[in-house]
Amino acid sequence: MIQNIPLSYFLVISTMMFFIGIYGFLTRRNLITMLMSVELILNSVNINFVAFNRYLYPQQLQGHFFMLIVIAVAAAEAAVAIAIIINIYRNFKSIDVENVDEMKY
Amino acid sequence: MADYTYTILIPLIPLFVFLFLGLLGHKMKPFVTGLIGSTGLGISAILSYATAYRYFIGAHVAGTGYTSIKGFEVVWLHLTEKLTIHLGVLLDPISVMMLVVVTTVSWMVHIYSIGYMKGDPGFYRFFSFLSLFSFSMLGLVLATNIFQMYIFWELVGVSSFLLIGYYYEKPSAVAASKKAFIVTRFADLGFLIGILMLSFNTGTFDFQTLTDPHGPAIASAGGAAFMGMSVLTWSLIFIFVGGAGKSAMFPFHIWLPDAMEGPTPVSALIHAATMVVAGVYLVARLFPVYALGAPDALMVVAWVGGFSSILAAVIACTQTDIKRVLAFSTMSQIGYMMLALGVSGYGGEEGLGFMASNFHLFTHAMFKALLFLGAGAVIHAVHSNEISGMGNLRKHLPITHITFLIACLTIAGIPPFSAFFSKDEILVAAFHSNKLLFAIEYIVAGLTAFYMFRLYYGIFWGKNTHYHHTPHEAPKVMTIPLMVLAFGSVFAGFIPFHNLVTSDGKGFESHIDWMIAGPSVLIGVLGIVIATVMYKKENALPNKVAGTFKHLYKWAHHKFYWDEVYLFVTRKIIFRYISEPIAWFDRHVVDGTMNGIAGIIQYAAYAIKGLQSGRLQQYAFVFVSGAVVLVLIFIYLV
Amino acid sequence: MNILNFFIIIPLLTVGGILLTKDLKQSRLVSAIGMGAQLILAFVLVYLYLSERSAGNTEPMLFMFDVVWFPSLNIHYAIGVDGISVAMIALTGLVVFAGIFASWKMEYLPREFFISLIILATGVFGFFISIDLFTMFLFYELAVIPMYILIGIWGSGPKEYSAMKLTLMLMAGSALLLVGLLGIYFFSAPDGNPLTFNIMEISKVVIPIEIQRFLFPFTFIGFGILGALFPFHTWSPDGHASAPTAVSMLHAGVLMKLGGYGAFRVAIFLMPEAAHEQAWIFLILTSISVVYGAFSAIVQKDLKYINAYSSVSHCGLVLFAVLMMNQTAMNGAIIQMISHGLMTALFFALIGMIYGRTHTRMINEMGGLMKVIPFLGVVYVIAGLASLGLPGFSGFVAEMTIFVGAFQHVDVFHRVITIIAASSIVITAVYILRVVGILLLGPIKNDHFLHLDDAKWYERISTITLVLAITAIGTAPWWLSNMINYSLAPIVERLSAIQITGLF
Repeated sequence: MIQNIPLSYFLVISTMMFFIGIYGFLTRRNLITMLMSVELILNSVNINFVAFNRYLYPQQLQGHFFMLIVIAVAAAEAAVAIAIIINIYRNFKSIDVENVDEMKY
Repeated sequence: MADYTYTILIPLIPLFVFLFLGLLGHKMKPFVTGLIGSTGLGISAILSYATAYRYFIGAHVAGTGYTSIKGFEVVWLHLTEKLTIHLGVLLDPISVMMLVVVTTVSWMVHIYSIGYMKGDPGFYRFFSFLSLFSFSMLGLVLATNIFQMYIFWELVGVSSFLLIGYYYEKPSAVAASKKAFIVTRFADLGFLIGILMLSFNTGTFDFQTLTDPHGPAIASAGGAAFMGMSVLTWSLIFIFVGGAGKSAMFPFHIWLPDAMEGPTPVSALIHAATMVVAGVYLVARLFPVYALGAPDALMVVAWVGGFSSILAAVIACTQTDIKRVLAFSTMSQIGYMMLALGVSGYGGEEGLGFMASNFHLFTHAMFKALLFLGAGAVIHAVHSNEISGMGNLRKHLPITHITFLIACLTIAGIPPFSAFFSKDEILVAAFHSNKLLFAIEYIVAGLTAFYMFRLYYGIFWGKNTHYHHTPHEAPKVMTIPLMVLAFGSVFAGFIPFHNLVTSDGKGFESHIDWMIAGPSVLIGVLGIVIATVMYKKENALPNKVAGTFKHLYKWAHHKFYWDEVYLFVTRKIIFRYISEPIAWFDRHVVDGTMNGIAGIIQYAAYAIKGLQSGRLQQYAFVFVSGAVVLVLIFIYLV
Repeated sequence: MNILNFFIIIPLLTVGGILLTKDLKQSRLVSAIGMGAQLILAFVLVYLYLSERSAGNTEPMLFMFDVVWFPSLNIHYAIGVDGISVAMIALTGLVVFAGIFASWKMEYLPREFFISLIILATGVFGFFISIDLFTMFLFYELAVIPMYILIGIWGSGPKEYSAMKLTLMLMAGSALLLVGLLGIYFFSAPDGNPLTFNIMEISKVVIPIEIQRFLFPFTFIGFGILGALFPFHTWSPDGHASAPTAVSMLHAGVLMKLGGYGAFRVAIFLMPEAAHEQAWIFLILTSISVVYGAFSAIVQKDLKYINAYSSVSHCGLVLFAVLMMNQTAMNGAIIQMISHGLMTALFFALIGMIYGRTHTRMINEMGGLMKVIPFLGVVYVIAGLASLGLPGFSGFVAEMTIFVGAFQHVDVFHRVITIIAASSIVITAVYILRVVGILLLGPIKNDHFLHLDDAKWYERISTITLVLAITAIGTAPWWLSNMINYSLAPIVERLSAIQITGLF
């Protein structure tokens, strides 16, 4: 079944996800939404990994393993990021990214 | 040859006295410090007399010339392979003569000062400075080489500075000491340049080598020329600039009258008898080089001397401060000495001017020290320097009066007082060389007699002045030096200088030429008579005369405005138009450039710091667009 | 153990000792003991050096010690001394010793102050003993950086500004210098041997002339900035004016000498051809320094500014003499460095002491101080007379040696420039006497000054040490001059072997 679907379909999907993620990261003001956008970017990369692995080197599994590592890192990152966001919320009473601009000059 | 190593003690004893008094003097009783100072100088003086006796008579083989002897010499500093600075003792007729002059006058001044400075809080300081001066002056006199002379030349300069500024709480004394030091320092720059040129061309500092008629200095006379004169001539002119500065010759004379701010014994010692004749001594020391190698330079000496002597004599007639009159008189007499050197030739009778100059130096030291010390006694009695505050003092101060009169007669050139002989020799030498200079000196002789007796009558005769308390004669410790010096003034003329101190060391026959001496005595007497008429009794004549020559009087009274010229040059030009612009330039242009560079960097930093806005999404946007741009570049351009 | 290493070890031990102390009393005592030991060591070194020489040791450098430090770049910790560096070390020892006593009452953060001061001293000592360019540069930086802290924290007036200015200008100098040193390093072995930083090794090869032409200005200006070369001298007035007493003393007294010493030991010694070629440019600059500094000093109103400009003038004379490149003038340059180091340290010490009493440095506000503080007044006059080159003090010996040496050049350019530089002796007299006249003499202007105390014992130690050194050199210059001359001979030989192709 999968043989009938060309690789380019997967790539189109992942590219769309990637740029949606970028768009979300650049435009959303809410830190949680920005975090979600980052997850979207990471997942689009995961799709690429898996798709290329399946189509180009079906005998090997590096792409899959890499995807698993990315998921693990993403989980850790999400944990850290949410922790930071909670702290920001405690300090600023807001999770709007516009308010967090102390680190300048 | 006799051993003269001990002569090193002559300058060293005052040095030790200076160190001793300078470091420990404040813990001693004033009188003790005075005693130590006088004793030290006394030992030096006695050693000098012994040296003079041995040199001229005791160890001298009759019939031969006087040679120069190095009594002592050590290496002080190696400069180049050829040039080495030595310190040592050089004995030849002029240095031995100067030794006697310096130690005698200094000794007398030391003794005199015990009385004069009594009760002054800085007593020990005064005596330690006097000893420092004596040390420096003796080192200068005994210098074996021109660099040693320069070293001590500077040291006498600073001792003079310290002593002029002795009353350092008086602003005028401070200004005077500063002026004296800086003016002479400026002249010393000329001396230094002269030394550099001379030593480079001849490869030596040593006086014996330099003055050797067959030595490298005179041989270099025909060397490279610059602006029409040989390098040797230039270097000697530069050296003379140094001498002119120290000897207060025109145009460096302005410091001398102001130097009278110092205590009177100091004026007697430094600014009359010893330091101011250092310039004469310097030219005399290098005389063979001047005479044989650079007659042009010698002409400069003669004319500067002649001009200074008449300028000073004219100014002296109008001054009212007794010490200033004496100061200008000193300048005038030193002009005489310079002129005598300038018109002299080398060797035998040709060297008459040289002999006369040294002769006059000797007699002048005696009578001028006497005049100053006498003036000191007067000031001590009436507490004022102005002639107007004095008068009719002859009854109150008999000893001072007599000695002062002797000194006045001496300086006026009345026979048989000593200056008659020395002045006569100078006039003869000038007569044989240059008639114009000779005429100038005749006029100066008359003026000298006139202003000295104006001073004499102004102090001891004239009007009856009321004093707050009756003036009293100075104590013995002050009058004895006066008497000693008066003795010297009267009889020094009979010393056979023409056999002892000559340009080439060999004696020659000399006699009084009455064709020249007679008129000069007459002119002197004339000056005295005029002064007697005008000043013996108070009358309106002086004011009338001053009114007749109103402009000349005014100009002379203001010393021909030379002080104003100097003030203009220093205050206005150097401070206002050189130093302040330079300081401004440094602060605003040079430093401004440095600050400007820093400013530009700071401005650039401000300009780009906005990029670090702290806004996360802006960073992300830049980051992403950067990545996109890079990707596009890699795809389409690479 | 090599004696020279102790010049690094003793200060480090002293710093360690100060760390253990609690208050001002203890830390100044430790510093005084440490630096006293250092001073004694310096004199021991002079003695050892002279006895080695008289025993017939003719090596150019004595007490050599060499450890490979960073093998892949052939960087060594290489030390050794000749007569010149021995003299400079003795100078440093004296000034640091006097500096400790001059800051006897440093109430604010005394431990930190003394530590910084001694680290600075370590850098200077290290600089003078190094014969490896890298080690030299390292110590150089070590000496410059504590300056920032010392002025910035313990300074007065616009101290942050001055500290920043001084450090930035000196760092700019270091940057130039680093280019120069690395350039020298990369051309230190033209025939394929391993590259080296060792001065004695490099002096045996000839760096290609095109390279020298490029590197010489970097190196010379790099050191020249520290030696107050016109127009890079403006850190000096501001820096000195803001620095605390001991720092001014050390800075003008020894740190500025690093510039002269380096210009001579590195720039001219290693690149003689380019030095001959370009000397005329720098001679003009330095003679400007000499006269210009003196003229600027005439109209200053702040005591420290006067002295800072006077330092510009005197240090200009050092570089001037170095560039004359003959034995006599260079000898004079070294003596002038020592003499100026002592004099200016004395001056700054006195200014600090006077300021501590009158709380002003403006000369117009003072007057007649001789009457109330005779000891300080007399010493100030002595320092002034030494500064204007009075015989009997060190300044005279130095200046005369320089002028006689400079006059050995026969061409008009050198002659004229020598006379211009010599004219500074008159201008110096003007500003020194002006200050002495206004500050010390005359009537007392301010009634508050009637009850000032004269110098305390520690102030006397500080000043008398320096006065003794100045008079010792001034009255007996021959031993110093001979010691320097001996070590200059090989250097001058190398310089005079060059065919002179200068513009003039």
